[in-house]
This record gives sequence, C-alpha cells and structure tokens, in this order.
Amino acid sequence: MKLNKIKSFAKNIRKNIIFTAYKAGAKSAHIGGALSCADIMAVLYSDILQFKKKNIIDDNRDRFILSKGHACLALYSALVEKKILKKKDLETFEGDGSNLLGHPIINKISGVEFSTGSLGMGLGLGVGVALAAKKKNKSYKTFVVLGDGECNEGSVWESVLCASHFKLDNIIIIVDRNNFQQTGKNSKIMDLKNLKSKFKSFGCEAIEVNGHNINQIYKSLKKIHKNKPLAIIANTIKGKGIKIFENDNNWHHSIITKAIYKNINKEL
Amino acid sequence: MISKSNIKLWSSLGMRATFGLIAIELANKNPNLIITTSDVSTSAGLDRFKNKFPEKYIDVGIAEQNLIGVSTGLASEGYDVISTTFAPFQTLRCCEQIKVNLGYMKHKVCMVGLASGLVLGNLGFTHCSIEEVGVLRSIPNITIVSPSDTLELYKVLNEVFNLKGSFYIRLTGGSNSKIINKSDYNFTVGKSVELLSGQDVSIIGCGNILGNCLEAANILKNKNINCSVINMHTIKPIDKDKIIEISKKNKLIVTVEEHNVIGGLGSSVAEVLSSEKHNCILKRIGINDFYSSGGSYEYLKNIYGLSTEKIIETIASNI
Repeated sequence: MKLNKIKSFAKNIRKNIIFTAYKAGAKSAHIGGALSCADIMAVLYSDILQFKKKNIIDDNRDRFILSKGHACLALYSALVEKKILKKKDLETFEGDGSNLLGHPIINKISGVEFSTGSLGMGLGLGVGVALAAKKKNKSYKTFVVLGDGECNEGSVWESVLCASHFKLDNIIIIVDRNNFQQTGKNSKIMDLKNLKSKFKSFGCEAIEVNGHNINQIYKSLKKIHKNKPLAIIANTIKGKGIKIFENDNNWHHSIITKAIYKNINKEL
Repeated sequence: MISKSNIKLWSSLGMRATFGLIAIELANKNPNLIITTSDVSTSAGLDRFKNKFPEKYIDVGIAEQNLIGVSTGLASEGYDVISTTFAPFQTLRCCEQIKVNLGYMKHKVCMVGLASGLVLGNLGFTHCSIEEVGVLRSIPNITIVSPSDTLELYKVLNEVFNLKGSFYIRLTGGSNSKIINKSDYNFTVGKSVELLSGQDVSIIGCGNILGNCLEAANILKNKNINCSVINMHTIKPIDKDKIIEISKKNKLIVTVEEHNVIGGLGSSVAEVLSSEKHNCILKRIGINDFYSSGGSYEYLKNIYGLSTEKIIETIASNI
C-alpha cells in the first residue's frame, strides 16, 4: 500500500467534489455524503479495485457499485483521477443530456456499472453479480458502498441475508457510517444502533474501522472472509475535509457559492 | 415439444405446472438459462427443474425486491434469467426494482407472474392480481404477454430470449385450463390472433378467459350475432393495426380481461381507438375497479361480468 499516493488521491477526490458542486451552482449537489466516503473511494480506486484502464469492460474486472448513488460526485471524481473520465466532464454535472447526473447512470465504458440512487437496490445487484462470478468460476470481486441512512431500507437486509446464505466470500459491503441522513441524525430518524453486530448476526464477517484512516480501510479490505461476505462499517464524518461542512447536515444537498468556494479551497 | 398429446396434457396441468415442464426443455436447449424464484418451486411446477438443474435454480427466499436485484445482477453478467413467483409479488412488491433495473437500465429479465387474475380468489385479493398490467404498462422497455393457453405459453417462452427487452408473462387460469389453440399456429409477439371471424362484434381478450369469450361467441352465433374473437396475447406493445382494422369494420368492440378495466387490455384498446376515426363503441369487461368479496374463480368471474353468460348479456345489450 502506498499511503501517500492514496492520501493525495483522496485529496484530489475532495477537490473534484468541491469543484463540481461549485460549477453546478444553483443546481445544487449532494456534498456531505460524497465527502464522507472520499477516503473509502480513494483506497478502492487507487489500490484495491482490479481493472484495466484500457479495457474497463474486461470480464475479469472487479465490480464496484455505489449503492448510495447520491454520493456520485465521489465516484465521478475517482473516475477522473483514474483518467477514465476527463476533468472537463465534471462541468457537465447535472446538465441537460449529461451522462453525469445527480445519480449515476449505467455506462460501463465510463466505469459506471449500474444506475443507482433509489436506495436499497445496489446490494441486490451486487449479489447477482457475485453469484455469477461463482457460477462462472471467475475471480473478480464485487464491492458495494452503502449509506447508513440507506440501511433503513428493508431491501438492503434481504440482500445481506442472501449474500450470506450463498456464502459469497467474493462480495465486500462497505457502509459509509456518517451518522446522518437527509433530514437529520440517524439516531433521531431511524436508529440503526449497532450495525456491526447486525451484519454479523446476518452471517457476515463484520469489522468496524475509522473510515478516514487509510491504513485501517486498506487493511479491512484485505481481511480474509472465507465462505461469508465481508461487511466493513466505516465510521465517517459527513462533510469530512471541509471544516464548515463537517457534521453539518445543511450540506447534505446544497449550493457552494463563489465566496464559500474561495474560502474552502484553501483548506484543500 | 408441441404435439396433440402435449397440448392436452399441458392444458390439464394448467399454466403453472406447464411452465415447470417447459423450463426443463428450455434449460436443455439453453446453457445460459437461470431461473430465480422466491420460495415457489412447487407452485411454479419447478420441483423437477430444481432437482435436475440445481446449478440453474436460485431461490432467494421470500424477498421479491432482492429477487429482481439478484436476477438483474445475473442478467448483467450475461445470463438469460427467468424470475418467477405469484403475480402480485412478482410485480407490485418489487415494482421499483423493475422500473430501475429493467425499465431504466434496460437489463433483460423474463418475469413470470403465477396465478394472475382471479384464479386464487379463495385466498383473497392479496393473492389475486388485477392491477399489475396497468402498473407495468407504464414502465418503458417491458413487453407484456398474457398467453391464452398453455400452448401459447410454450410459444412465448421459446421466443423470449430471441427478442430484446424484459418480459412480463402473465399466467392465468387454473388446472384443467381451457384449450384456446387446438393445434400449432403462428405466434408472433405483438401480433394478435383472430380465433373466430364474425362481422357484427369484435371481442378482444387475453389470457385463459378467452375460453369464455369463445363460448359466448358460439352461443351468440345461434342468436344471429356474429362475433370475431381476437386473442390479444401481447398487451404491450399492442397490435394497433388490428384494432384499427376492426374499428372500421364493427360497430361494437368488447374487451374481456381478468384485470381492472383501468390500466389493462381495455385501456390499451381505448388508447388506440381514441386517436383514430371510427364508428364503433368500446365496452370494457373486467374488474370494475372494486375488490369484491372473495370466493371461487367461477364466483368471481360471475361477479365481474366475466362468465360466459355475463359476456353474452353485455354483448347482446350493447349491439
């Protein structure tokens, strides 16, 4: 693992997120939940996910599914860093006819495996993709990033149960546990309590990490989980990286004005 | 395989059990086939399939949203996937997964809705399915087929993976279902079949209820009312040409369906007629937008005007 490389990858993801949200102007963007998973995305895209940049639809590529589709700015930003998307593409964000809308649209040649955004659907897709790997004896892995608020959805748990029932040790579930959802704290809206023990009781190998500690994220992704799915509860801070955004849910979906942009850009 | 004896056997088994038999034949022909279910192997006639092809059979338990998710994931990796469970759970329970995964993303899954319509009336309206065509019809990229009998089910299942887009195949009728097509015939998705020709009235039906339509037409013939009976097996995309053709010929068109008159076959026909010049009126027979008390198939068909006698009455009083 190259710590400095990943750290700078994460920094660039955050810069791209802020840049895109600023460029989106009054169209507004999901900022908090993109920033909270930036370090997770950095580890995945800089060091974990196996794919060929020149042939990203190669059958043996690792599959990545951003089930919390509203955090698409983190995905688009990572794809820019991998040079699969161009930085210029980010300026089309949420524009008329754009491929980069406020939730990802399936576009395998640009590295987007599925259209997501309606919460609770990504893991079921991932289970199907992972089952296909087993049936075809393929060694690719499937990574699915969930939001913690998303775990309110019953369909998430249908899929966790299923991944565990089929002993899918080729699927890795990462929960971006930033403790907030659209209108407030998880604990106030629908308390998720102990997510690690929930995943464990569903039959997953479950671990909890600091979702902003590159070392911990990396190690957790390398954890052996024979005959069962791996669930990583990544404790994060919504809005992480920009002081005024951190743990302030007003930045769940918001507008970055010129004045704010000037101010926060210094932080990055 | 289509043969006189199979046509007889299948119709006596009904669509569900026949589906299980056809599935075995499909798997023998198509190495890429996977069937996904939500704990309905017996109800779908799939027990033999499950034992014969355990690697092609995936049961995700009673979790239909995940059923569509997993089916889509498999389809996106190149499998030909048929998903199946009882019609209400195959469609409405996982409607948004169908919208996003099959409609919006255009992944291909063939959904088979078991025991749709009124046949499970004894179990109550949780298990009847009178709404799903209306809901699914509003989702782009899904073809909706309601086979008239088990032979037609065989034909459509053999076509599905040669065609683009997802399918919803709506199974109606019980065991000892009616034979609508007595021998082999040309079946094309999207193209209706004229079962009977008559110059006075056109009855357009879909599903096994066409048995009642044919009976009604034969009785009406004795009263000098000559009916065409059209098997509109494909509800979406609907055979517009045929509807326009009969609208110029007949004064009365009657649609007959085991579905709410809002959203199903009758609505589809009305949509076509509404943008054409013609001299006919349309009467839609079906569930008139209410949940009645439960009961047997025959009991409910009678309540909703779908029995042979009630179909005759409606036609005779509107001609």
